[in-house]
Amino acid sequence: MRDINEHTPGEDLIIKAAVRLLVPFAQLFGLYVVVHGHYSPGGGFQGGVILGAAFIMLALAFDMKTSQQYMTIGVNAAFNNLGAAIFVGVGVLCALFGGLFLDYSALDKLIPLGPVEWRSFGIFLVEVGVGFTVMSIMVLLYWNLSSAGSMKEGL
Amino acid sequence: MKSLALFATLVTGALLLFGTKDFPAWGDPQSPASTYLSPVYIEQAVAQTHVPNIVTAVLGDYRGYDTMFETVVIYCAGIAVLSVLSRNREDEE
Repeated sequence: MRDINEHTPGEDLIIKAAVRLLVPFAQLFGLYVVVHGHYSPGGGFQGGVILGAAFIMLALAFDMKTSQQYMTIGVNAAFNNLGAAIFVGVGVLCALFGGLFLDYSALDKLIPLGPVEWRSFGIFLVEVGVGFTVMSIMVLLYWNLSSAGSMKEGL
Repeated sequence: MKSLALFATLVTGALLLFGTKDFPAWGDPQSPASTYLSPVYIEQAVAQTHVPNIVTAVLGDYRGYDTMFETVVIYCAGIAVLSVLSRNREDEE
């Protein structure tokens, strides 16, 4: 158990202030990378890593408890399961509506947007799922590896 | 035993390197990948998917399976680390 008043490397006023300012912009940029994957380099994997890095920055500059105030372990578990479920669910939904697995144009029967538009929108849905999973798994890996599995106190 | 492992590694590596001899040259326009698959993507991706970024179109639509299992691999990595490292509540204190 570490003394709370002990000055540890990384627990620095400048770093804390900088991270406090940086985290909202990092999250906004992460969301931008996820949703702008159709037009620029990016997508679920890259955006998810940036979103996860925002939480890891919080854990590094403050401590693990602080980052878990913003994303609890339960929410983290919900996100990584939800992300994988969105991807597989979209694929299964396509198959249920008469197309092939992951053939998004079949979803046109659910909401008529046009088969080609649906292929574009289906990619977006899937990327959102990828983003959820990657974000929460990155945070989960950091929590576990830096605290040797207790997810309470670490770096 | 160690020298045997080294021998097996070297033989496997040599076989793999030997296999690359039959690959088409780097960027060869006559290679199978460049003659029949890439042109289809480049010419039709925007018309078929309305996604201006061909990389995203290939990744999310034409190669949807691949991307799905990439996600599943990351998911499995997280679950594996969680199940190996995570300590039970009874163990604490």
